[in-house]
Amino acid sequence: MSNLSTNAVYIVGHAATPVAEHWERTAVSLAHEALAAALGPIDPSRIGALYTASALTPLIGGQSQIAPAVAQVGGLVNAEAVSIEGGGAAGGVAIRQAALAIAAGVYDLVVVLGVEKVSDVLDPTRDAALALMGDPDFEAVHGTTPTAQWAMLMRRYMHEYGCTADDFAAFPVNAHANGAANPGALYRFPITVEKVRAGSPIADPLGLLDCSTTADGAAAIVLASASVAAELGAPLIRIAATAHAADRVALHARQNPLWLAAAARSAQQALAAARLSIADIQVLDVMDPHGIAAALALEAIGLAERGSAPAAAREGSIRPNGATPLATAGGCKARGDLIGAHGVYQAVELTRQLRGQAGAAQVKGARVALAQTLGGIGVTAVTTILVAE
Amino acid sequence: MNLAKHWRQRAARYRLEGQRHTQSGALRFPPADDQDAAWQPYRFSGRGTVYSFSLVRQPPDGYDTGDPYLLALIKLEEGPMITAQITDCSIDEASIDMPVEMVTRKLTDLGPEGLIVYGYKFRPLPQL
Repeated sequence: MSNLSTNAVYIVGHAATPVAEHWERTAVSLAHEALAAALGPIDPSRIGALYTASALTPLIGGQSQIAPAVAQVGGLVNAEAVSIEGGGAAGGVAIRQAALAIAAGVYDLVVVLGVEKVSDVLDPTRDAALALMGDPDFEAVHGTTPTAQWAMLMRRYMHEYGCTADDFAAFPVNAHANGAANPGALYRFPITVEKVRAGSPIADPLGLLDCSTTADGAAAIVLASASVAAELGAPLIRIAATAHAADRVALHARQNPLWLAAAARSAQQALAAARLSIADIQVLDVMDPHGIAAALALEAIGLAERGSAPAAAREGSIRPNGATPLATAGGCKARGDLIGAHGVYQAVELTRQLRGQAGAAQVKGARVALAQTLGGIGVTAVTTILVAE
Repeated sequence: MNLAKHWRQRAARYRLEGQRHTQSGALRFPPADDQDAAWQPYRFSGRGTVYSFSLVRQPPDGYDTGDPYLLALIKLEEGPMITAQITDCSIDEASIDMPVEMVTRKLTDLGPEGLIVYGYKFRPLPQL
């Protein structure tokens, strides 16, 4: 059996468009920009496959089969073009499928592209589309949104562990501090705990400044086999492992809604496959549209005891100089929430970290990074581990 | 307009009908699609307690009536947890562990060409 340990897979190109409300652009034009920049001098006709992740393009963009459209405009004339759905986990799912194709020896050069174009519709239409990442018949029909579901988890977490909404503010504050240093981020200004507290309520107890903003953008990475990576001569950033797990779709159907079981399982499997322990991770990125989401992810991954993640964040553990640096490019909150493209943005941002190109948010000497994406409230979870060789 | 989709859900939506396992006595709601004849229809009492809740101020399409609404996870007294709105209650009156009972209300209006979808919501159980 071939796997990522025996057949190494490398990231040999990476690029992302700025995150913004790109009124004048289409999803395909954003995708093309990221694709061309990630390929650089690589001849597009060499690409064997294109894996395109997008959660909302078929639902609100009015286009299915986005991958062939991107392949056409990008000149990937010999590529199979795969469109991948998977809610907010789509980017992670696409990276995994692409890495497996190389490890299996099917291709030696592939592209993973994440794209989301949300600004063409009004917020209620986008929220109705996002709600379909859960159970349409027993959740969405009652008017759920992912934000409202995270808010219910936040209130329950506060009840069980005796903390307050303020205790989660360290997550958006850290995200904005890092986003300010990222030229491609949606929001490039710092915020304070006081400002988070004063934010108008969105879905109590979540306020405006603890809620991510969805925006438009595209990111791409080029993956290669060891021989092609050597030929291209790029710094060797290896995908050491990826693991994908699924949970019950409806939040109410889980034994303990505060435990993201798929997130935990995918993290454990990825670490085991990479032959690493959680202590080896030097920088990470998770699905963090709200502080509660980041907290539950840290606990699921094994970086914080249950009930302790907000306190650890408050004490500085998630800052670039902390023990578990998080959202170093701004995360969903400040970089902007790219939904299905989030996983590919993460890969671009963490590749920059491992190459020492992360500017003011650089984690000194980072060589091992972990990225995790979630579809819905942890329905689908993919964990990817990157290592600088 | 998804007429058949909503029609299929009528027992669960209007009567809170889930399933009971004829051998083990286990109960589940919502009813599952697994075609296992050992699971027979079972009507839940409609009483439960609030596990958690939020006030939704940015509703999705189809749920914007102008007023924010209370969304909750309800632990039914028989065990299963479900997602539903809380009605006849303000955010200041709502609390975790609050006893509630099922009522039937309008869930959403699919517009002039579509259905008015009815189903369960929960309201605070009158205090004795």
